[in-house]
Amino acid sequence: MTSYLFILLGAVLVNNVVFVRILGLCPFMGVSKKLETAVGMGAATTFVLTLACGTSYVIDSWLLIPNDLLYLRTLAFIVTIAAIVQLTELVIQKTSPVLHQVLGIYLPLITTNCAVLGIPLLNIGMRHNLVESLLFGFGSALGFTLALVLFAGIRERLEGADIPTHFRGTAIAMITAGIMSLAFMGFAGLDKYK
Amino acid sequence: MLELFRFPGGVKPASHKQESSGTPIAVAPLAERLVVPFRQSATGAAVIQVRAGEKVLKGQLIGSAEGAFGSSVHAPTSGTVIAVEARPLPHPSSLAAPCAVIEPDGAETWCERTPLDPFNTDPEIVRARIRDAGIVGLGGAVFPSHVKTRAPNRIDTLVINGAECEPWITCDDRLMRERAADIVAGAEIIGRLMGAKRILFGVEDNKPEAARSLQDALGKIECGSCQVASVPTLYPAGGEKQLIRVLTGVEVPYGKLSPEYGIQCFNVGTAYAVARAVQHGEPLIARIVTLAGNYGQPGNFEVAIGTPMDALLPLGQPQDDTDRIVMGGPMMGFTLADTSVPIVKATNCLLAMSQKLFPPPLPEMPCIRCGACTRACPMILQPHELYWYAKSKNFGKAQEYHLFDCIECGCCAFVCPSRIPLVDYYRFAKSEIRAREREKVAADTARERYEFRQFREEREKAEKAAKLAAKAAETKAKLAQEEAAQAQKVGADKTAAELIAAAQARVQAQKEKDSA
Amino acid sequence: MLSAILVMALGAIVLGAALGFAAVRFKVEGDPLVEKIDAILPQTQCGQCGYPGCKPYAEAIAKGEAEINCCPPGGEEGIRKLADLLGREFKELSGEHGVEKPKSVALIDEQTCIGCTLCIQACPVDAIVGAAKQMHTIIAAQCTGCELCLPPCPVNCISMQVLPETIDTWKWKYPVIGIQPVATKDAQHA
Repeated sequence: MTSYLFILLGAVLVNNVVFVRILGLCPFMGVSKKLETAVGMGAATTFVLTLACGTSYVIDSWLLIPNDLLYLRTLAFIVTIAAIVQLTELVIQKTSPVLHQVLGIYLPLITTNCAVLGIPLLNIGMRHNLVESLLFGFGSALGFTLALVLFAGIRERLEGADIPTHFRGTAIAMITAGIMSLAFMGFAGLDKYK
Repeated sequence: MLELFRFPGGVKPASHKQESSGTPIAVAPLAERLVVPFRQSATGAAVIQVRAGEKVLKGQLIGSAEGAFGSSVHAPTSGTVIAVEARPLPHPSSLAAPCAVIEPDGAETWCERTPLDPFNTDPEIVRARIRDAGIVGLGGAVFPSHVKTRAPNRIDTLVINGAECEPWITCDDRLMRERAADIVAGAEIIGRLMGAKRILFGVEDNKPEAARSLQDALGKIECGSCQVASVPTLYPAGGEKQLIRVLTGVEVPYGKLSPEYGIQCFNVGTAYAVARAVQHGEPLIARIVTLAGNYGQPGNFEVAIGTPMDALLPLGQPQDDTDRIVMGGPMMGFTLADTSVPIVKATNCLLAMSQKLFPPPLPEMPCIRCGACTRACPMILQPHELYWYAKSKNFGKAQEYHLFDCIECGCCAFVCPSRIPLVDYYRFAKSEIRAREREKVAADTARERYEFRQFREEREKAEKAAKLAAKAAETKAKLAQEEAAQAQKVGADKTAAELIAAAQARVQAQKEKDSA
Repeated sequence: MLSAILVMALGAIVLGAALGFAAVRFKVEGDPLVEKIDAILPQTQCGQCGYPGCKPYAEAIAKGEAEINCCPPGGEEGIRKLADLLGREFKELSGEHGVEKPKSVALIDEQTCIGCTLCIQACPVDAIVGAAKQMHTIIAAQCTGCELCLPPCPVNCISMQVLPETIDTWKWKYPVIGIQPVATKDAQHA
C-alpha cells in the first residue's frame, strides 16, 4: 500500500513530468493562458495517459514480449495512443464543444505529446505491474495537470503585470517555468523509502 | 447593554470634527436664484411638472416621481420659475441636466401642508407620503426611501445611522444634538412601517453630546425597544454593512442586501425628513450642509436645495489660499470643477482645500503587492487584485473578485505605501462594466428586432404567395365555370338545332306527302 | 516477421472497430459555438464585415473562413472577446472593413422627407416609423447606427448624429497616464 502511495507521490511531485522530466512542454506553453482551458487540457491528458499507460503495459506484456516483438514497442504504443486520443476528442466534442473549440489543435496534438509516449516507455523500464502502471500513468498526468494549473494561474496574473516590452508573452512564460522547475527540485528525495 | 462587534479593516484618519461641530446650525439666507435639478435620486430624474413663467409656492411639487422607484422634487421656496433648462449638476462629469431655475419672491409662502397621524393611517398612505415628499437617503446614496420601507421579508431590526465616520463632516452630529426629537419620531414612523421589533441608533463615540441628546429624546417618548449605541470611532463605521455588523453582528454577504437578513438601515437625516414630511406635511426642500476645511468660520448651515454653491461658500469665509472645493469628505468626495452648481439632496459637506491643509498627493508608484490594502478593506475584498485587473481592463476577472461590492470608502488608497489612487481604478472599471452591460442589452434588443423583421418578411412573402395562389385558383375556377356554361349553352343550341331540323324534316315529309 | 504483422493487424482492427463505434455513438449535431460568437457581436446588422448580417459572420468565424477582426461596431473590445472565446490571437481591426466610430444614431430631416418608405425597407431592426406619403421618423432608442438607411434615401435627408454623453452614460476615465517620449535638449541639437 505504501509503495503505491510513493509511486503516486513520486509521479506527481518528485519526478513531475513538466518540471523535472521536462516532457510535454508544447501543450504546457500553448494551453496555459487561461485557467479553465488548462484544467480542461489537464483532464483530457489524465484520461489519455492513464489509459495509455495501462493499455501499453497490457500490450507489452501479453502481446509483444511473448511473441518476441520488442522492436514493435514504439510503433504499437503510438498506434494505441493515437486511437485513445481520437476517442477522447470525440467525447470532448460531444460533451463540451466550447472546450473542444478552445483546445483546438492541441487536442489531437496530445498524440505527439512526448510525455504521453514517454511515460509508458519509462513505465516499462521501471518494471511495474498492471496496477502500478495505472497508478504511475495517473500520477504523472496529475502532475502534468498540477503544473498546467499552477502555470495558468501565474500567467493570468502576468497578463496584467508591468513587464518590459521585450519580455512579454512567451519569453516571461519560459523564465517563469524555469523558476518553477527550480522550485520543484525541492521535492527531491521525498519518495525514498526502505 | 448591547453587545458590539468589530468589522474587519478600517483606518483611523484624523477626524477634524471639533472645527465645525461647536456652533449650532445656522439658516443660510436665500440666494438670488435657486437652480433645482430634476435628477436628485439614484434611480433617475423626476417628471417635469412646471413651465417657465409659472408661479410656485414653497414646497410645491415641481417634478413628480416616475414609476415605483422614482422620487419627487419640490420648490424650495415661493417665487417664479424663470426657466426650465439644462444646467451643470454637481457631478464629477460636470454634465448638464434639466433644472428648474426659480427666482424667490422672498415671501416664503408655503403650499398646503397636510400632517398625517402615522399611528392611525394606512401604511401605504404613509409610504406614498414619503415618496411624494421627495425623501431620498441623505447619507449620500440618495436612494428613494419609500422603496426601502417596503421589505420582502420581515424586518426585526431598524438601524438608524448617526455614525458620520468621515472626517471633517459634522452635519449629522449637529442634527442629532439639536433636533433629536424629530429624528426619533421619524425612526418610530419608519419602524412602524416596517414592523421592526427594535430600533438601534448607532453613534460614533467621538460624538457623546449627540448620543446623550438622542438618549434624552428617547426617554421622552418612552420607547422600550429603542436603544442608542456608542460605536468605536473607526472609518468607515458609518458604512451600512459595517454599522450593521457592529450593532448586530450580522455580516451581510457579497452581493446581498441587508433586508434579506431582517435589518434595514436609514440615515438620521432621512429619519428627520420622514418626521417632517409625515407629521408636518413638509417635503424635503432643505438639508444641513457642513462647511469645513480651509474656512475662517466653519460650521453647519441649513440650506435650501438648489442654492448655488457660490452663494453658500462665503458664509464660511473661505481663506484666500483655498485652491479647490470638494463635495463630500476627504475620503469619498470629488472635486467640483465649477462652484456655481447647486446644492442637491446628496450634498453633505463642502470641504475647502488648500495646499497646507490637504497637501497634494505624491506621484503614484508601482504596486509592490504588500497587502496593506487587503488588511484595510472593510468589505473583505482584495483591492490589489481588483487594481491589477482594472488596470489591465480584465473586467470579467474583476467581477469575479466582487468589484461591485466595493463601497469606494478609500481605506485602501489611504494606506497604500505606493500612493496609488486605487478607488479611481475601481470607479473606472465599474463604469466600463455598466456601459458594456447597456451595450449588451441594446445588442440583444437589436437581434430580437432583426429576427422579428426576418420573420415578418417571410410572413408577408407567404401571405402574398397565398393570396396569389388563391387568386389563381379563383380565376381557374371562374374559367372552368364559364366553360361549363358555354358547354351547356352549346348543348342547348344543339337541342334547338335538332328541333328545327326535326321540324324541317316533318315539313319536308308533309310536302312530299302532299305532292304524292 | 509474420507474428509482427499479425500483431499490428490485430491491433489496427481492434482499435479501428472501437473508434468506429465511438464515432457513431458520440456523433455531434449542429454547432452551438455559433450562438456564442453571435452573442459577442454587436448586432448592428450593418454588413461592414462583408457578410449579410451578424449571424452569417458568426457562422463564418466558427467555420474558420473569416478573421475575427472584421467588425468595426464591435471595436477592439469585441475582437478581444472573440480572441478570448476562440483561443485565437488578437489582431488589430482590419482597415479594409471600416474604422471604429463613436456611437451615433440616424436623424431624418422632416422638412426634406418625401415619404417614399425606401429607408423603412432598408432598416434591419425596423427602427423607422412611417408609411407611404406619411412622415418618417427614426426611433432613436432602437437605432443601432448601422447607416444602411443613408444610401437608399433619394433626397439625402438622413444624417448621423453622434450621441452626446449624459450623466447616465458618462464613464470615469482610465486613471493611467500614458508615458510618451518628449523632445529633449539633445534631440533638439541633433
